[in-house]
Amino acid sequence: MKKIKSILATDCGSTTTKAILIEWKDDRYRLTFRGEAPTTVEAPFEDVTKGVLNAVMEVEELSGRKILKEGKIITPDSGVEGVDIYVSTSSAGGGLQMMVAGVVKSMSGESAERAALGAGSIVMDVLASNDGRLAHEKITRIRQLRPDMILLSGGTDGGTTTHVTELAEILAAANPRPRLGQNYKLPVIYAGNNKAQDAIQETLGEISDLDIVDNIRPILEKENLEPSRDKIHDLFMEHVMAQAPGYKKLMSWTDAPIMPTPGAVGSLIEMIAKKENISVVGVDIGGATTDIFSVFQGKFNRTVSANLGMSYSICNVLAESGLDNVLRWVPFDIDRSELTNRIGNKMIRPTTVPQSLEELVIEQAIAREALRLSFIQHKEFATSLKGVQSERTISDAFEQSASGQSLVNMMELDLLVGSGGVLSHAPRRQQSARMLIDAFMPEGITQLAVDSIFMMPQLGVLANIEKDDLKDEASQAALEVFDNDCLIRLGTCVAPVGSIKPGQLMAEITLNFQDGKTEVIQINEGDLKLIEHPYEEVKVSIKPSRGIDVGAGKGEAIESSIYGGVVGLIFDGRNRPITLSKTPVERIESLSKWSNAVDEYPKGDLL
Amino acid sequence: MAHSYTPGLKVLKKTLFKKERILPLKGKVLVKKGDKVTPDTIVASTNLPGNVQMLKVNNLLNIEPQDVKNCLKVKEGDVVKKGDLVAETAGIFGMFKSSVESPVDGTIESISDTTGRVVVREAPVPVEIDAYVQGQIEEIISEEGIVLTSNAAFIQGIFGIAGEKRGKIKILVSNPEDEITEEMISADLKGKIVVGGSFISLAAYKKAINLKVAGVVVGGFNYFDLKAVLGYNLGVAITGTEDLATALIVTEGYGSIPMSNATFSLLQTYDGQEASVNGATQIRAGVIRPEIVIPLSEDSSNLSDVNKEPEGIKEGSLVRVIRAPYFGRLGTVSSLPSELHKMESETMVRVANILLKKTKDLKEEEILIPRANLEMVELE
Repeated sequence: MKKIKSILATDCGSTTTKAILIEWKDDRYRLTFRGEAPTTVEAPFEDVTKGVLNAVMEVEELSGRKILKEGKIITPDSGVEGVDIYVSTSSAGGGLQMMVAGVVKSMSGESAERAALGAGSIVMDVLASNDGRLAHEKITRIRQLRPDMILLSGGTDGGTTTHVTELAEILAAANPRPRLGQNYKLPVIYAGNNKAQDAIQETLGEISDLDIVDNIRPILEKENLEPSRDKIHDLFMEHVMAQAPGYKKLMSWTDAPIMPTPGAVGSLIEMIAKKENISVVGVDIGGATTDIFSVFQGKFNRTVSANLGMSYSICNVLAESGLDNVLRWVPFDIDRSELTNRIGNKMIRPTTVPQSLEELVIEQAIAREALRLSFIQHKEFATSLKGVQSERTISDAFEQSASGQSLVNMMELDLLVGSGGVLSHAPRRQQSARMLIDAFMPEGITQLAVDSIFMMPQLGVLANIEKDDLKDEASQAALEVFDNDCLIRLGTCVAPVGSIKPGQLMAEITLNFQDGKTEVIQINEGDLKLIEHPYEEVKVSIKPSRGIDVGAGKGEAIESSIYGGVVGLIFDGRNRPITLSKTPVERIESLSKWSNAVDEYPKGDLL
Repeated sequence: MAHSYTPGLKVLKKTLFKKERILPLKGKVLVKKGDKVTPDTIVASTNLPGNVQMLKVNNLLNIEPQDVKNCLKVKEGDVVKKGDLVAETAGIFGMFKSSVESPVDGTIESISDTTGRVVVREAPVPVEIDAYVQGQIEEIISEEGIVLTSNAAFIQGIFGIAGEKRGKIKILVSNPEDEITEEMISADLKGKIVVGGSFISLAAYKKAINLKVAGVVVGGFNYFDLKAVLGYNLGVAITGTEDLATALIVTEGYGSIPMSNATFSLLQTYDGQEASVNGATQIRAGVIRPEIVIPLSEDSSNLSDVNKEPEGIKEGSLVRVIRAPYFGRLGTVSSLPSELHKMESETMVRVANILLKKTKDLKEEEILIPRANLEMVELE
């Protein structure tokens, strides 16, 4: 008999609070109902639990199951009412905003940043002894930013203590105030050289709420993020959330600590990559920010592009990518000043939706650029440890690999998951697939999916329940719901890459379907082809041309199993990077050809 | 009747306007509950901690950090003047001494044995907060600030730049569809808040800045002209700290869009009166809109509440379309069908049937618009 029969999970976002109900049915966990309501952290309500109760009430109405009694969640599940577990994540009130400091920017500074991002925070700035700023400039910066907490690191264990103590002195001199609440001390986590702990205690002990954890970089060759990440989560609960209206009450309801939303998503992605032994990239493109999560070679990384998004930050996408880069994806002519005014209007009225096809195409062009830029930032950050000396043999002599290389290898990538309004709610799934492929440019064989209702936060916190008696079933529930209900499988992208002339054969692919049928297709450079096929296994053998790679090396044939989906099997011969002609007529012709190949937009006057 | 919740911008003829004026750090409140204040009355003040100078005494004297304490001529808490001796080595037989002097007037805040640094903090920086609008002190927030109220006409814009300004209102156009041209901006408008119709060009706004006009309230402005004003591309709509002589308050959006009649006629009523404006905008969770506040006489009857819950769109509501292809058009809601409709983009949305008003160039027409693309034009 299962101990957990039903689970209620909520995610309190900055605008919407989403509730899901998971139930044990037919020998497995399934998502059964969901509800949502506006978040109530801000005036006039100023109590997050009101929004939670409203969202849960919607679940009650839809499911016909009584979950609330006198404004509280009924536990445990009696068979007819209540739920066994309640968990929640939160990014309301701007999420968790941190500042991190390290001695060397590219070493302890980066490790501290990785720990903070991995815990789900926004990193407002990275201070380092060698960041080129003078002490008083750093002090002014700390004062301006008013972070929720600070993570201080630096030095290897037993090494020199001077630099990290100097950083602590700068913090002390700035005497920073926390963002929320004038009456409590700013939490500071020290995760640096253990020999400097006393000096740090002396410098920061009185003016801040200091916690000391194990060094984030005990030796140069090792990164130890776990203790810092856990401490960030604890302090997020104790300090930051406790200051936000209604959270004390919400914390008393939950069966596991409330996690910052991106922290929960990250831990779920990490868990899936580990369980399936695959490389994963996940992206959540929101109105203000774009989060990218990746697991390559077993290493998890997260980045937040704080000012790349589809509404509040849409003008910043334009500013960073340039109008030309956005317009290259638009298959028609448009007045440039008219277009910038339109994009500006989307920024100041962020909740609008594209009514005309023209507006939709423009919005999706901007999304491609936002995703592309965020992924560039991610690739630059997700690297192997810098400053590490590695032993080399004679066989490595010709490889120019140095420490600090990006871990992101698109040929190695197995699964690409998208979420966020523009990807999850695109009118046609083909559009989501195209945006993901054009922006991330996967190579070789890559499965594509979208998280239709952005359930990953709730599943992430569920997978993290630590109570011994609930742990196993909770993580089983999270994984089962992730597999069955969370992802919408779009299909698989097969993209041969290598140097070849336009229009020439890149690969020949033989597809063996489960019903015994066989199909052979040829992909030429510049082609984009779609074979509609549901989420079923298809055996493929791919013979790339000389100099072309599909995963086994240049010119090497490969046998594999691929899966269709709501879009199907996409064969992308556009090589990497995808380049578009500078001549408008040719560019528009290519764009229209690719669009039509996958049935991306309704046909009409525009396309 | 079907409802749709689309919070619009406020255009209120008479309201009890409330404003918090809070210090960045705890300090002293200088007024009492019930006091009458003018926009310039200082209501609270405090001292921000002064800047910090860090002296690397060990490096400057070429000694080990732990030896610094033996050379110090000051102790923590001492007040020093610029040029005062902070530390000095003993030298050789009293000769060849090296010394460190204080680079500023200030107080010795800390001395570190580990790093050999001495921290000198400069004198505190005084900060004062004024009342911003004419009104009455409603509440004192101990050591932090005040809440004041004012009987006022209150208008929100959609987007603005530059912070708080005040001045007399001056209407420059006769019709909300007219643009403010460069010729209309003249030297006698210095310190005034000028109101136009549908648009102000970059050249006209720059002229207003040069002539120190206090504020410009207008229907539309070109997004790409902002770069020429600010010196950078405005990526996210968080403004208010720009150092500009003239606040800009855009009431409708980017491009040339006639100011709504309600806004224009309300401003027209108060031509020549004192007003306070603030261009500060923050379009994120915790939205801040730019505002125009026109304090009225003492009479507080028939006030509408500025903080009342926004009403939903109903049949008959006056609305504005806030996205292309009908951007900026005004209309009335003729019906709110409950079922989802497929738009040309194939997006499935809840819609409203809108009777778009006739404009100078466009005829009256009935059209389906996604409810998310409508904004209520709120009237009392």
